[in-house]
Amino acid sequence: MEWEIVIGLEVHVQLATKSKLFSGASTRFGAAPNTQACAVDLAMPGTLPVPNEEAFRHAVMFGLAMNAEIGRRSVFERKNYFYPDLPKGYQTTQLAQPIVGPGEIEIHLEDGSSKKVRLHHAHLEEDAGKSLHETIFETHGHGMSGIDLNRAGTPLIEIVSEPDMRSAAEAVAYLKKIHSIVTYLGISDGDMSQGSMRCDANVSVRLKGEEKLGTRAEIKNINSFRFVEKAIVVEAQRQIDLIEDGGSVVQETRLYDSDKNETRSMRSKEVANDYRYFPCPDLLPVELSEDYVETVRSRLPELPDAKYARFQSEYSLSAYDADQLTQERAVADYFETVAKESGEPKLAANWVMGELAALLNREELPIERSPVSAEQLAGLIARITDNTISSKIAKQVFEAMAAGEGDADAVIEKRGLKQVSDTGAIEKMVDEVIAASPAQVENYRKAEEAKRPKMMGYFVGQIMKASKGQANPQMINKILKEKLDALL
Amino acid sequence: MHQLTIAEIIRGLRDRQFSSVEITGHLLGRIEQLDGNYNSFITVTPEQALQQAAAADERLTAGGAPALCGVPLAHKDIFCTEGVRTSCGSKMLDNFTPPYDATVVENFNNAGAVTLGKTNMDEFAMGSSNETSYYGPVKNPWNTNCVPGGSSGGSAAAVAAQLAPGATATDTGGSIRQPAALTNTTGLKPTYGRVSRWGMIAFASSLDQGGPIARNAEDAAYLLSAMAGHDPKDSTSLYRPVPDYTAGLNGDIAGLRIGVPAEYFSDDLNPQVAARVQDALKEYEKLGAQLVEVSLPHTHLAVPAYYVIAPAEASANLSRFDGVRYGHRCEDPRDLRDLYMRSRGEGFGEEVQRRILVGTYALSAGYYDAYYNKAQQVRRLIKQDFVQAFEKVDVIMGPTTPSPAFALGEKKADPVAMYLEDIYTIAANLAGLPGMSLPCGLVNNLPVGLQIIGNYLDEARMLNVAHRYQQVTDWHKASAA
Amino acid sequence: MAVDTQTVEKLAELARIAISEETIDEVGNRLGEVLQLVDQLQAVSTEGVAPMAHPLDEVQVLRADEITESNRREEFLALAPQSEGGLYLVPKVID
Repeated sequence: MEWEIVIGLEVHVQLATKSKLFSGASTRFGAAPNTQACAVDLAMPGTLPVPNEEAFRHAVMFGLAMNAEIGRRSVFERKNYFYPDLPKGYQTTQLAQPIVGPGEIEIHLEDGSSKKVRLHHAHLEEDAGKSLHETIFETHGHGMSGIDLNRAGTPLIEIVSEPDMRSAAEAVAYLKKIHSIVTYLGISDGDMSQGSMRCDANVSVRLKGEEKLGTRAEIKNINSFRFVEKAIVVEAQRQIDLIEDGGSVVQETRLYDSDKNETRSMRSKEVANDYRYFPCPDLLPVELSEDYVETVRSRLPELPDAKYARFQSEYSLSAYDADQLTQERAVADYFETVAKESGEPKLAANWVMGELAALLNREELPIERSPVSAEQLAGLIARITDNTISSKIAKQVFEAMAAGEGDADAVIEKRGLKQVSDTGAIEKMVDEVIAASPAQVENYRKAEEAKRPKMMGYFVGQIMKASKGQANPQMINKILKEKLDALL
Repeated sequence: MHQLTIAEIIRGLRDRQFSSVEITGHLLGRIEQLDGNYNSFITVTPEQALQQAAAADERLTAGGAPALCGVPLAHKDIFCTEGVRTSCGSKMLDNFTPPYDATVVENFNNAGAVTLGKTNMDEFAMGSSNETSYYGPVKNPWNTNCVPGGSSGGSAAAVAAQLAPGATATDTGGSIRQPAALTNTTGLKPTYGRVSRWGMIAFASSLDQGGPIARNAEDAAYLLSAMAGHDPKDSTSLYRPVPDYTAGLNGDIAGLRIGVPAEYFSDDLNPQVAARVQDALKEYEKLGAQLVEVSLPHTHLAVPAYYVIAPAEASANLSRFDGVRYGHRCEDPRDLRDLYMRSRGEGFGEEVQRRILVGTYALSAGYYDAYYNKAQQVRRLIKQDFVQAFEKVDVIMGPTTPSPAFALGEKKADPVAMYLEDIYTIAANLAGLPGMSLPCGLVNNLPVGLQIIGNYLDEARMLNVAHRYQQVTDWHKASAA
Repeated sequence: MAVDTQTVEKLAELARIAISEETIDEVGNRLGEVLQLVDQLQAVSTEGVAPMAHPLDEVQVLRADEITESNRREEFLALAPQSEGGLYLVPKVID
């Protein structure tokens, strides 16, 4: 039997507004508990919400980037349930009339192919606070949870896809695409480790060719790209095993345990969910004019797809390179600075995806905090193209730059790594090597003409060794050939 | 001194006939002496009141003080007052002292008005008799065996008993107008959105509206002028200029077209109440107004629609009272669920619990369309009735309540009978229209209220219409005391 | 008609209100009376009538994205039944 996995994702993205969705409290991450929870966020009696214009602008930008319909009239509703991190006892969200309607994006897969994924809708809503379970409280011992409401009321967009993905890899590609769109737009930092972007995956399986969708399980709150992939793989396998053993999948919410690499049922959350949505009477319908939407559209930055196409045409990059370099706006910007300043886009791409990526990976740094700036890397590439140093030496210089020894010129100067291109000095080294290698010279002389170029390698190696790698290879080749041929 | 109206106090303070400290002290003394009979206050704030009065006297001496500077008032205990316990008539908030003021309170404070204390009310404004208060029922100063109406029964009784010349109140289905009618006071529920709801503890957000209860229309005009206006903290407050409501009080009303809906004079109406209302309409004819028959055919559906919409909104509005951040918390909760269940079971009274359960039912899966959605559709039909009527008339008049004040305990055990107290007032809340009640006679020495329903934002005209009536009649001057 | 015990219990659970065994029948009876009152709505045709959530046809005014609130944690925490270390305390939340 051949199985097909069907995946839909619900992605929550925290918007990078200064203040909350319905109050003037700060959204800054990492403040002391409850210092950024104002009367509205705490649901003090008599307080009322007033929505943040910037959150709407962000949501509209997102909708436009997703080629989606914009809800020119959107309505907030109340989703009722009790939980200590939800002060009002309801979440203010959108249901029937969301700010972003159906849309579609293209995802790029590893094998170079592309695929469309449909957006069901995206809506604005408020985040909840946090429950802290680990702390032991002096006055009350354990058995208590602490509630921090700093995050309560932070604006989110919840992005709901259609069940269009057919593998964990497609789901990850979609998630990365969403990540790249929101960070390009500057509407979120997209930081999954801080919870700025969170993902729920609806996973079901069906026999290939079957049209009806299987029963789905929802995996909640997956907090990294890697875990999304692993969670989907293990959940799909669990469902397939279950069905093949004669069982059936139950519609439920599950949690991914990354330590055990398994999903497990969250039964406690299943008790009698009846959210009793109804339009929030404290808020009026939000109407956005055509002008407003068009103004936002006219100010959109260049988006990943457009950049992906332009990098291929303008810099002659391969589709793969263009995709790699455009996934993150900061990487694209970095690359483009290096390419422009050095005038060598191909070298720039190789360096950014090669040495730089390795460095950042090793140091676990985002490109924004790269120890080597784009300007510095462009300076290094310039020294390669003007033959001041070889590519091999350049790697050494790059490491020194990463260690904070200054820009390329300073490192080359300080370490004396400048390529030797002085004819006299190279002639001297060639002469010395020829004099010290009579047997190899004899072999060269006797050899057939066609084999001679290959035999030059020995001499070149010796000369490079003598010059500590700094002699200009083209000049060595030229002078060596002249001198050896003179001995024939 | 306690017999003075707000207009008279304003003049007296400026003419140096008395100081704010003097009249404030006098009223505090009266409250101390008499309120045991009425239970109209939950909290009295003598020290703060005298400090505010002293500060007001200084402002008055300096000159240029706002009209209400130095005027002592009472606030319904639904309005948050910084540093003063705000209970909303509930055990749930018995220990709640907000660190912020309602916008309405802030407006009065800025105007230099003096707060005597916080008035009793039905718990979370849910009731029409003031018997659901955690602090015990309020008694009608006209007959202490009778209810004063509700939910703003404390405010109405305090004004009727001359413990305060005026008070703030709120009206979700008649909670200003019905107690005003039952206590011979003048009460006005403004157009929805005219007065900020910030800091006014929510019952049903799309229906709640703050307004004044006073001894006459002129005083109500002074109070409304201070209360009304756009508030950036309330998304539903209207962004419209506020007229000086006292300016047009004396305008001629000859030619005024008064709509009289047949539906407001049905069999439910006590015939003696009907007679008093008819007398008032005749008085208006003498003033040159013309009576026009209008029809509000969906009137009978107002109470059913209201008892879906208001409980539905309340069921969510009252979820915040969960024993976590403020308010009542049960002893030694076993677990989280127990904390919620018992804190809310203990903190809310029977009527509040009932409405939360009704609202929960109306919104729950499978019932939403039949109840909540249906009620919101009927609400539009009710509004359309009024919109059509106001094409032909300037104001609509009828009784405020079907009968005069009833005995304490009479309807307490029968919620539906209690709900029908508001058959004539609820429609204005559903439609968002301004409504008013003013004294128009007595039946068995109990007051009867004439209701005026105005068009949107037409409060100035309503006050003018009421004031002209009060210039040619004395019903509003009749005193319980 | 009275609302049955099972329904009352379900509503009480959704609304998180403890109702004692002794009063549950009474609560059901009263709820039934209220529902009978509101059932009058079913008699009228509302086909094609748009539901009206707000009495006035106003639209929302949006607020500029500015931080207007400062830290008032101690004032608010002072109102809490139980708190420690800047946190509100509740019986352990189990996921």
